[in-house]
Order: sequence, then C-alpha cells, then structure tokens
Amino acid sequence: MSLSRWMDLTTPVPAAAACSAIEIEPAAWRDLAKDIAAAGGRLLALWAASRPGDASVLRVVAISPPRVLLVNVRLARGARQYPGIADVFPSAARLQRAAFDLTGLRSTDGDARPWLRHAAWPADAFPLRNGSMPPPPPSPVDDYAFVRVEGDGVHEIPVGPVHAGIIEPGHFRFSVVGEKVLRLEERLGYVHKGIERRFTELPILEGQRLAARVSGDSGVAFSWAYCQALEHMSRTAVPPRAAWLRALALELERAANHLGDLGALGNDAGFAFGLAQFSRLKEHLLRATEQALGQRYLLDFVAPGGTRVDLPPGGAAALRRCIDELAAEVPVLRGIYDEHPGLRDRFSGAGAVSPELASWLGLVGLAGRASGQPLDLRVDVPQPPYDRLGVHRSVLNDGDVLARVTIRFEELAESLRLLRDLLGTLPGGNHAARVIVPPAGAVGVGLVEGWRGPVVVGLDAGPDGTIQRCHPQDPSWHNWPALEHAIIGNIVPDFPLINKSFNLSYSGHDL
Amino acid sequence: MLKTLHRIAQTGIVTEPPPGVDEELRVRDALERSIREVLGRALCIRQVDAGSCNACELEIHALGNPLYSLESLGIRFVASPRHADLLLVTGPVSRHMEVALRRTYDATPDPKLVVAVGDCGACGGIFGTGYASLGAVSSVIPVDVVVPGCPPSPTRLLQGILTAVSTPRGKSLPTPSE
Repeated sequence: MSLSRWMDLTTPVPAAAACSAIEIEPAAWRDLAKDIAAAGGRLLALWAASRPGDASVLRVVAISPPRVLLVNVRLARGARQYPGIADVFPSAARLQRAAFDLTGLRSTDGDARPWLRHAAWPADAFPLRNGSMPPPPPSPVDDYAFVRVEGDGVHEIPVGPVHAGIIEPGHFRFSVVGEKVLRLEERLGYVHKGIERRFTELPILEGQRLAARVSGDSGVAFSWAYCQALEHMSRTAVPPRAAWLRALALELERAANHLGDLGALGNDAGFAFGLAQFSRLKEHLLRATEQALGQRYLLDFVAPGGTRVDLPPGGAAALRRCIDELAAEVPVLRGIYDEHPGLRDRFSGAGAVSPELASWLGLVGLAGRASGQPLDLRVDVPQPPYDRLGVHRSVLNDGDVLARVTIRFEELAESLRLLRDLLGTLPGGNHAARVIVPPAGAVGVGLVEGWRGPVVVGLDAGPDGTIQRCHPQDPSWHNWPALEHAIIGNIVPDFPLINKSFNLSYSGHDL
Repeated sequence: MLKTLHRIAQTGIVTEPPPGVDEELRVRDALERSIREVLGRALCIRQVDAGSCNACELEIHALGNPLYSLESLGIRFVASPRHADLLLVTGPVSRHMEVALRRTYDATPDPKLVVAVGDCGACGGIFGTGYASLGAVSSVIPVDVVVPGCPPSPTRLLQGILTAVSTPRGKSLPTPSE
C-alpha cells in the first residue's frame, strides 16, 4: 500500500497544523512504517504510554513533507509488546529501548539492553507506569554490555561520563588500533532526571517551563513546541504579534548557538582567535537579547497563548544595533576561517557522513543538511510566521566538519536576515491570548525547527488541567548514532572536533 | 594571516575596564585579591555537570569570553579534578551521576571548595527530587556556596566564586546577593 492510501485512513487531529492522525493495529505497524520510509518519510519521534488498566499505545510522529503523521499503535488490553522498526528507521532502536525502560512496553527488536536506565531504578519498575517507584537498587553502579572489538593490537579508551571540558556528561567507548578509531560506542542516560514523569506532576498550563529546560540551549524551541501542542488542543488562536515574537526568539536562539559553536570549533582546531571573536559577538547578542526581552537565554519567554512579555519600546533598536554589528563582522570572520590553511586542514574530510548513510540513519537538522538531507520544518511545514518569511534552506553534500561549519555560517546569515525582517514587519496587537484548559483526553503535537534540528513535543491532557503524558523529542536522538559512524577511521585526537561539529544534546536526549 | 592580525588589532582589548567603574568589575578586582590572599596563586576550577539542562554550562562558558576574561584574573578551568582547588557543580544531581560526582569530589585534593550552580544545584529547581533526581548538590557532597539563578548570569557566577574563596569552611552557607 502506498503512503497516500494510508493517508485516506487518517483523521485530521487538533494537533499541529499539518498533522493527521491514524490509529492502527500492531499487526499493520511495520507495513505502515515501511511505506513511510518508501515515500521518503522520516521518523521524528517515538514514545509509549502505558498505564495499569488501560490499553497501551505506541505513538510515532513521522514526516513526509508536506504531511506530518501521528501514528497511534493501539495494543490489545494487557499486551506489552509491539513490532520493532529499527530495520526501517535505525534511530528507532534506542527510542524503543528507552520506551521499555520507562513504560515496560517492549519492541520485538533484538537489542534488549537498557538505554536510559542505569542503576537508579530496578529493571522491573517503570517510572511512567508505576504510581510510586521502589527505592533504587543497593549498588549505585551497573555493568553495561559494550560491544567488544577483538583483534591484534586493539585496545579500548573509555571516556566519561565526566569530560575534560565544560560539557555535558556521557560515556564514549573507543576501540582503537594505534591512533585510528575502529569503533565508537556511546552510552548515554547519565543526566536522566525523570523529566517525563515530572511533567505529569505539573499543571498543563505551566508545562512550558519544564519543556524549556529539557535542553537549556533550545529553550525557545521546546517551549514553543509545547505551547503549539497545547494551543491546538485548546483551540487557541495565537495573535500574529505573538507568532512574530516567538520566531524572533527562536532565531535569536539559533544565532547565539551558532556563534558559540563557530568559536568553539575554531578553538578545537587550535585557533583561539576564533573563540575570542565569536564568544565576544555571542556575548553582545545575549546582552542585546536581555535588554530587549529580559533574559539572556529565553527560557521563560514563550508562554501558552503567546509570550510572557512584549517587546518593549526601544527593544527593537537594541536588537537592530546588535544584528547590524553581527552582519558586518561575521562575514569578515568567515573570510578568515575560509582562508586559514590550518583550519581547512582540520575541518576538511574530518568526521564525514555521506548523504547515503545520512539518509539511511535518518540524520536531521543542521547536521542532516550538511549531509544532503534537506528537511527544515521552517520550509517544509511552515507555521506562522515562517509561512510568510520564505526561509532560505542551506544544504551541502560533503557531510564533514567543514560542511557543518559552513551550514552554521549560512544559517547564521539567514537568521540575521530573518531577524531584521521580523523586526521590520512585527504586527501590532496583543502579545498573548487567553488559553483555556484543554479537555481530558485531548492530544496535541508541536513541531519547531530548533537550531539543532526538528523539536517535537507530544502532549496528552489529563483531567482538570493536568498532564497525562508529555514527550519532548530532541533531534539528537536521530543524530547520536551518526556520530558513531562519523568517527570511524578518524584519529582519536579529532574526536572532540568532530563531536563539537555535531554538538548534540545530552540533557535533551537523556530526559 | 594579515586579515587575522588586522582583525585582532581592530578588535583591540575588549575586556571591560578596571575597578571602581561598576559593580561587576569591582567584584572581579576583589576576586583577584581574595584568590591571592587565600591561595597565593591561580585558582583552578573543575566544572562538573551533574544533571544540568546545559543552560548553566553556557553561562559558565561565557566567563571565558573576552568581556569577562576569567583567565586574566588568574582563574582557569582544568581538565582533571586532581588539579582543581574548586568544583563548580551544576544540578540537579541525577542518580546516574551520583557516583561520578562523589568520585570527582574524592579525587580533588584538600583543601577544596564546592560551588553549587543554578536553581537546580541549589535545590533541584524545576526538576525537584524523584526516582532519578537527587536535587541539590549538597545532598551528595558538601557545598560551600550556592549561586541561584536559571541560569545565573556570568556576573553572579563570579560573585559565587568570590564568596567561596573568601569564606572559611565550616561557616553557614552564604548566598551571593543580586
């Protein structure tokens, strides 16, 4: 069956604008997944919901532009297993393992190792199913079955969870011969702090505060995606000014992160000048953001119905001054990066992910666009005001560190253009609408292209303004596996540079 | 190369001007003196992310930019706890990071200082405590100073480090004021 035939079976849900929902039996799930893949579709999110007494459900968000599909795989009452799809969408493997750790729903795929669960809770307890959780097991350390590489001269280098720099914790197990990496295996989950369970303890009209802190570098993207889901569920019309201000905040977030990464990437290649220059510019942008919108990092800016605060008179001028400065200075720095033989040497060819591999792995976001995967939600399923902005999409095919640096330069320039445009066309009116509590049982999906890639939030309303289930999906889930491939054949000292060029989230992944 | 040198010359020194001008700078001047008085040398910091959302890390990074220029004050971040005088710890402490945090603390030579960063490091913040979160840093290791904020600004982080360096161990936990 082709994907369009499946689409005939869908019902538009009050989820995201372009989102249709389909409810299927577990037996049909693999066929649908294969048809989504055959139509060039992408897996964006996968999570499970299981409560004692209710039939369990597996939820999946997939995209085949311009269509977004919310698939509900409804299990029979009492059933705890569903067909796995890791052979169709490789990034589903870890998502399915995580879904088991949290809900006890198991896929039929082979790898039964825990993923998010280390030693904080016993294997037979499920934080999103159990009412109360048992105390943690006596030993605070567990033993994870890394894949061993055998052979003459092969040795292992364990790194982390505490890394040498100021970065998030995770474990990398390198199998190397000499300096060359044969295999990298990641182990994540160290900063799992129970975010999805915590959501169920918050009022649904306040969940955006936690969403913003799923990954603090993407606070606008997550809080906007959360509010998008909520607003569709409660049928709230967001005022145009609010949509403009949210896009303004999102592009400020993108610009700040790209500036930070461009500096850090120069530094990781031994070019401290780059770090000094870009971190100076980033600080200017953060200060202008604070002057205009009240926070350096806009974790509390997007709120249900619109934004928490309006852009004050004078705020636009502060932002414009900074944007003008960046628009003048970044091209000069880009010229220096382009012409620096040492940087070119380190960037070019390092950590390459070919478009074929990227397509197979389902690479998304800026790393995806550096490897020929064009998906950009701002272009493919544009929400207001992006439907009127005409975002220029940047795509390259080399897939190496250089390509990921170049995409950042291009997207930074585009963000600066968008920021000017947004400030120039900012509508008047209210910056927020009143939001009513959505009815129990309502389901919503929010989709926002964050600086790293597509951010998805799936939301289920409980009774009396509570959250039944909320699943925030960071794009890093799809890109972490690609890093394991990108490093193969490279030398260990290039790992920090390659890792930085992806700059994936740990907190957003570990939840 | 010429372009790079030209750019460096054109940028000049952007580190903000010396003491007496504003509060932020007064703090930095006092900080440098305190460090010299207490330690007689540079202060070495090991940062530990024990469960943060990464926002605190971004602001800790900012301390190194040319406007705050932490290194010019004699403070630097080091790669190993064995080289550190002070641990700068963000939270909430996840149960999965509890052992790593304890081991990092144990590997840091005495006398050592601990600064807990952010609302989450202070009390668990929005994540609170639960099956996977232990909340405050002080629930796992002794803490000298708490810097609240979500995330705290680089200026507040500097104030926190100052307070830690100038506070004798064993007294009640001070909180730097806004």
